[in-house]
Amino acid sequence: MSEEHPELYKNYTRRCLYVFLAVACGTLLMVTASFLPLGNRHFNIALVLAAACVNAILVASFLMHLISERKLIYTVLIFTAIFFVGLMGLTVYAHGDIPHITGH
Amino acid sequence: MDIPYTTTLRPDTGLYNAKVGMWLFLASEVMLFGGLFSAYILLRVGAPAGTWPHGWLDVPLGTINTILLALSAITTLLAWAALKMKQFPRYKIYHALTIFLALVFLGIKSYEYRDKFHHYEVQLTDGRIADGHMIENKPGEDYVVIEGAYVGSHADLMEPRKGKEAEHSEIRIERSQIKKMQNYGPWHNNFLAIYFVLTGLHALHILGGIVVIAWLWGPGSRMWFTDPVRFTNRVEVAGLFWHFVDLVWIFLFPVLYLT
Repeated sequence: MSEEHPELYKNYTRRCLYVFLAVACGTLLMVTASFLPLGNRHFNIALVLAAACVNAILVASFLMHLISERKLIYTVLIFTAIFFVGLMGLTVYAHGDIPHITGH
Repeated sequence: MDIPYTTTLRPDTGLYNAKVGMWLFLASEVMLFGGLFSAYILLRVGAPAGTWPHGWLDVPLGTINTILLALSAITTLLAWAALKMKQFPRYKIYHALTIFLALVFLGIKSYEYRDKFHHYEVQLTDGRIADGHMIENKPGEDYVVIEGAYVGSHADLMEPRKGKEAEHSEIRIERSQIKKMQNYGPWHNNFLAIYFVLTGLHALHILGGIVVIAWLWGPGSRMWFTDPVRFTNRVEVAGLFWHFVDLVWIFLFPVLYLT
């Protein structure tokens, strides 16, 4: 953001406000989704987590400026994502290995 | 010796060093919280049916805290933007607001913790279970008093949202009738253990962020008058950390309070 352009600052402030409003709405949506009588709790959980992901994307993209970052940062994050997915994959694998589930 | 690339961008990365350092730190933090989230998943899916609690946490308070933290993320960003526009007084206001909002967040969290530590499950020798908040528990007395209700079985405690809330009243219990009495601390069950670990670690991050932001607001802000670009960069990387803390809460809230 250039200090020579007050108009840019105004736009930036406005954008921040919109992101906050979107996150606040997303939060309220999450709460509502968790109480909806959908019959199966798994649907509620899926809806709630989807709303959480949208909120997280908004924060990461606009507040952490990941929407316009340098290549090095993306590279770091890609490696982080690979390790994170690996960690969660191991978690799922470990769950499948519980004796009462596998029947051993 | 001067630290290189605190204000100028490295030609190979296109970034100043502190920003690269902060992102690498955040990458390690993702793995730290990721490990704990995977522990949560294993505990939850491995719990026998009907033994994982739902609706034990205060959703309105959690919602307020989520919105407070999102608002503080905006104020810290606006503080940085104000410095970019060379508006130092405005920076001070926005960062003061960030600290205030973070303190309110911690205040609410402390209230929630306190509530859990005052909440007791009392198993009686006749098989009944009394559940509620402790009112009187003097060491010398041969009775305790709780504000709560009797529940039919341990399973009834797991889903307070589903069942109709029993009418609460003051219950006086003789100590000789008590088989086991335990509060809702981290030792109570796996859910509370992982809840306290996850939210406690998150609260420590909030506390660390408050210390850094308060320093940048107070004594650290003198750098603005000698090296404004470097100071602005410091505020930016502190802001990155703060957004990460917000990001973690965005997942903690639904996972612990809503699902």
